Amino acid sequence: MTLSVRIIACLDVTDGRVVKGVNFTDLVDAGDPVEMASLYDSEGVDELTFLDISASSAGRETTLDVVRRTAEQVFIPLTVGGGIRSVDDVDRLLRAGADKVSINTAAIHRPELISEIVDRFGSQVLVLSVDARRARTESGFEVTTHGGRESAGLDAIEWVEKACKLGVGEILLNSMDADGTRAGYDIGMISAVRSVAKVPLIASGGAGALSDFAAALDAGADALLAASVFHFGIHRISDVKSYLSAAGYSIRTFNNS
Amino acid sequence: MIAILDYGSGNLRSAQRAFATTGHDVQLTSDLDIAFKADGLVVPGVGAFAACMNGINAISAADVIRQRKSAGKATLGICIGMQILFSDGLEYGTHKGIGMWDGTVSEIEAPILPHMGWNTVEIIGTSQLFKGVEKESFYFVHSYAAKESVGKAQAWTIHGEKFLSAVEDGPLCATQFHPEKSGQAGLKLIANWSAAL
Repeated sequence: MTLSVRIIACLDVTDGRVVKGVNFTDLVDAGDPVEMASLYDSEGVDELTFLDISASSAGRETTLDVVRRTAEQVFIPLTVGGGIRSVDDVDRLLRAGADKVSINTAAIHRPELISEIVDRFGSQVLVLSVDARRARTESGFEVTTHGGRESAGLDAIEWVEKACKLGVGEILLNSMDADGTRAGYDIGMISAVRSVAKVPLIASGGAGALSDFAAALDAGADALLAASVFHFGIHRISDVKSYLSAAGYSIRTFNNS
Repeated sequence: MIAILDYGSGNLRSAQRAFATTGHDVQLTSDLDIAFKADGLVVPGVGAFAACMNGINAISAADVIRQRKSAGKATLGICIGMQILFSDGLEYGTHKGIGMWDGTVSEIEAPILPHMGWNTVEIIGTSQLFKGVEKESFYFVHSYAAKESVGKAQAWTIHGEKFLSAVEDGPLCATQFHPEKSGQAGLKLIANWSAAL
């Protein structure tokens, strides 16, 4: 009886469609989010994340509708991130059917947003998404904004420590160096964040080979998020789970009894 | 008809749809008359222990839960909705719960909290809820839990330490995990619960 490692499929959504860029450029349409969520659920994914990358408010309204339709037919946890700036934004998403929300840039600009959300809804609804890259900061990792193009002027490890104090319930760590490369998660970055975070840690960015998933767990990740390797069928969810199970990790089996 | 007690914000949509898969009519309600008369009442969890009790007290729902137990009517508490059925909770200070069961809800001793994700259960006693899904995983999100054995059948889970993950006590049942978020296993547990309504 052990907590299973979680395999999370991330769907980048804009205007009601799933897209996934390689290093956030060259977006390729990979399908309908509700249909894909349902497919991943049936394949045994443990959790789903929608990242709303819509630029317009109309796009965000469309995402609320996508969340509603997903929550009506998929009975596993759903996290939604992208463009969340206020407690009211969180309220709308939870009411639409999200279980958790992830915040990123808005928390960098205004860290009090973390405590405001936690006070109202509890730590368990709040995921801090950190877009980090290697840099000459104290820890060797810095926080970026604008999809990794700009430095936020924050040391990544200090930021995680601060956010944990403010009450975030989970950390989603995206390596902007590794994102989209399929060359493996940034293991050093995962270890560094693990050493200061006492909340669950989701590793993201760089998943390629099956052994990459195990390496991230060994570095201290509790959950593994991937997008393109699943969307383009390089690995199925069940391949990752079988691999990890054979390697001795605790995974949720899908007994269908 | 299954009523889902609506006493604050949060994701009730998933719960509503998950319970609707049983074929029963499902209503979100804060109306105590509807909550009492319903064949089954679901008490979801909202926020922390005290916030949840404040929500329950704001609509005076504790008596309905007591009256349903006396009348033999099925009630299911979920997550914090399970925790507040105990006498006390220690999240952000000491707070009184509804007190259907004696016991204190305290922080889990584990290196990483919240206990977030899929975990299995060990069942003690004769369980109706877990029929056919005894070996399955369920989705948990919490940092506090009850650790005393109450009721007629119990499920236990380990995360750092052993805690109570479900209770069956005649008409009053509760799960620390979210059956409405536990995929097919969760839907089966919900079906088991509603089969007796």
